[in-house]
Amino acid sequence: MPSFDIEVLLGQLLLGLINGSFYAILSLGLAVIFGLLNIINFTHGAQYMMGAFTAWMLLNYLGINYWAALVLAPAIVAVFGVAIERFLLRRIYELDHIYGFLLTYGIALVVESAYRAQYGVSGQPYRPPPALSGAIDLDYMLLPIYRLWVVGVSLVVCIATWLLIEKTRLGAYLRAATENPVLVRTFGINVPLMITLTYAFGVALAALAGVLAAPLYQVSSIMGSNLMVVVFAVVVIGGMGSIPGAILTGFGLGLVEGLTKVFYPPAASTVIFVAMILILTFRPSGLMGRSA
Amino acid sequence: MPDRTGTAFLTVEGLHAWYGESHVLHGIDIDIREGEVVTLLGRNGAGKTTTLRSIMGVVSRRTGSVRFAGRELIALPPERIARLGIGYCPEERGIFASLTVDENLMLPPVIKPGGLSVGEIHALFPNLAERRRSYGKKLSGGEQQMLAIGRILRTGAKLLLLDEPTEGLAPVIVQQIGTVIRLLKQRGFTILLVEQNFHFASTVADRHFVVEEGRTVDVFSNADLTRNTQKLEAYLGV
Amino acid sequence: MASASTAVPSRGASHTARRAALVAAAACVALVAPFLLYPIFLINVLCFALFACAFNLMMGFAGLLSFGHAAFFGGSAYVTAYAAKAWGWPAELSILAGLVTGGGLGVVFGWISIRRQGIYFGMVTMALAQLVYFAALQAKFTGGEDGIQGVPQRSALPMLDLTDNRVMYFYALAVFLAGFAVIYRTVHSPFGHVLRAIRENEGRAISLGYDVPRFKLLAFALSGALSGLAGGLKAIALQIATLTDVEFTMSGEVVLMTLVGGVATLTGPVVGAAVVVAMLTYLAAFGVWVKALQGIIFIACVLAFRRGIVGEIAAMLERSRQT
Repeated sequence: MPSFDIEVLLGQLLLGLINGSFYAILSLGLAVIFGLLNIINFTHGAQYMMGAFTAWMLLNYLGINYWAALVLAPAIVAVFGVAIERFLLRRIYELDHIYGFLLTYGIALVVESAYRAQYGVSGQPYRPPPALSGAIDLDYMLLPIYRLWVVGVSLVVCIATWLLIEKTRLGAYLRAATENPVLVRTFGINVPLMITLTYAFGVALAALAGVLAAPLYQVSSIMGSNLMVVVFAVVVIGGMGSIPGAILTGFGLGLVEGLTKVFYPPAASTVIFVAMILILTFRPSGLMGRSA
Repeated sequence: MPDRTGTAFLTVEGLHAWYGESHVLHGIDIDIREGEVVTLLGRNGAGKTTTLRSIMGVVSRRTGSVRFAGRELIALPPERIARLGIGYCPEERGIFASLTVDENLMLPPVIKPGGLSVGEIHALFPNLAERRRSYGKKLSGGEQQMLAIGRILRTGAKLLLLDEPTEGLAPVIVQQIGTVIRLLKQRGFTILLVEQNFHFASTVADRHFVVEEGRTVDVFSNADLTRNTQKLEAYLGV
Repeated sequence: MASASTAVPSRGASHTARRAALVAAAACVALVAPFLLYPIFLINVLCFALFACAFNLMMGFAGLLSFGHAAFFGGSAYVTAYAAKAWGWPAELSILAGLVTGGGLGVVFGWISIRRQGIYFGMVTMALAQLVYFAALQAKFTGGEDGIQGVPQRSALPMLDLTDNRVMYFYALAVFLAGFAVIYRTVHSPFGHVLRAIRENEGRAISLGYDVPRFKLLAFALSGALSGLAGGLKAIALQIATLTDVEFTMSGEVVLMTLVGGVATLTGPVVGAAVVVAMLTYLAAFGVWVKALQGIIFIACVLAFRRGIVGEIAAMLERSRQT
């Protein structure tokens, strides 16, 4: 075992937790969308990128700060999501699942190319707000405040979403419509509208993750596409049948990734895929998933 | 159809319906007055279930006319139809496995005043009170049926469409459901009931429509049923 | 899935005649083309046409949407290029090594991914392909960002001078035809019929007693091997293997080619490959907007054009025959 000190370990665990925060929010959004729409939203990574870029544009073109962007950017990207659902996705619900996959892949290509044509692939810096800058000195290590904030927000958002779905009336509509949308309509509930709003909500989660990521990573047109493949692996591992499954797997795999960076750095970028293979070998339906 | 006095609550005229490409209903005509209990009788595959689904608007396509309390429904989506005051209990019961009994019961929103209270529903179906926290997937067939009926009584819907509520249930539960239907009639509910079992139907209904190959072909009042037993048996192929 | 059922044509005299005419026309085009168009462009089309046909064997005929076929194509390109350059193997043997690589990866991918069905399947194949991509990125022999360049074009047959582009074209044409013949035979074999049965209704295929996972695995191995053949051919013909070949984008492009040409048609992927390669070649000046155009074509195909070019033409002929 290579030598390491506790600081490196804690530092990497924190980094893992940060990555896990993004995995959790993104796979949660995918799971929410998949539940009702039965579509794997391939545009998710592009929408995450749009969230980050919208925050950056709000700041650089309109002088709107981070705090407002935290709400505005997801809302703006969600409106884009509403348009996608209304004009494109709605037309293919009757078809085989793979068309949803292909359609949202096509949308992702268009969106990412448009941003790439406008802003290139190089990253744009976005500074964290003053209140979240700096670090807490714990003697043995420095704890950047912004990173703590990201983990905190992610936890709150995930738990709130879970409560919304499991414990509220609206959540009961959602769970019921996931099982049998036609019957829910016969109770007088506007399911098509609910589908639109659910997609918008999932998209807003992706965009929120993007805003959170903006000060951590550089804002760039390609920030979403690579992340997307990893999030898909996370989703395969956790299974999309359960919301807590998506959240726990997201954080868990972030930590696994962080630990791998400490003990065997070359494997850090692939450890999640290896984990996926192991899980598929020994538990084909995923850690928490119902069989697909 | 014989012309009836009294205002029709639900009038179905020349109803055609399709699932995808296949044309299933070829002219259904039904009229129900307020407070009546009416059954649709017919063989398997005659189009009884599709008739209820077409009234609710959950088929691929439908033409003709469905008027309810003076409103034409043929162009409305199912959620609008439900909001006018129609409750639908499907043949497969449609209990949501991932929801508890209480969540299932509270799921349909109240659309009009005058529905039963949860207490009254529990009084009708004591099992539902006992199993409030159980998940839908844990219920027996009888309990599922009670829940499926119970949850549309809360909403204030005045017309109930019940699709084979007695199918596959033990005689004692069939009796219980019969009692409930008669009670609901007393409370002023109007009920359109699909039944295979015409002995059961004769204990609850005022009139019976016979459906054959997607058409309504005959109608009897309950009083005439005994006189027409042979004819009916021919229709039902029993 | 849009089933443009041109795969099993009815046997009629006029039909046979028309088919013979089509084959003759295609042969003329193939023979004349290198004297009218850039041979390099045509070679590119042939490589991708074979790749897309191999992919379609899974997507079109077995109903398995893989989003990781770049691994077979690119993995094989690397192995072929390395064998030819570092070990000095002749082209034929190097391409064979690529084919084996593709087939081997196909077995591994298949073994892992057929545990998940439907919507998960595409994600699993994508993640596995990403693993291959990372391996190519980190391994020494792949040459990192530069890839393996200047791959020698030396045939085991001394009379073939593969450095002559026209000779190379006919060489590629021969390889393509061999691969296409295998696919044609497969689709029309009992094995092909079982694959289609699985696509139409997997549950029914299982209840009929077919060992469905085994058939899927075989389809994977065959599709992987033929994709490997395409990748190996490409490495020799264009003398290069790079990260582009193994990247996720490549997996997307082969899906696009198949979709544009016609899923579940034999010739659709060939037409689709020609269209997409032409687009990539002649619109290269528009840079990143070509990607956006690809996205728009994806959207248009899914929404309005699910049968693809060949599928639409077949449907049109079908209609005209009926009226």
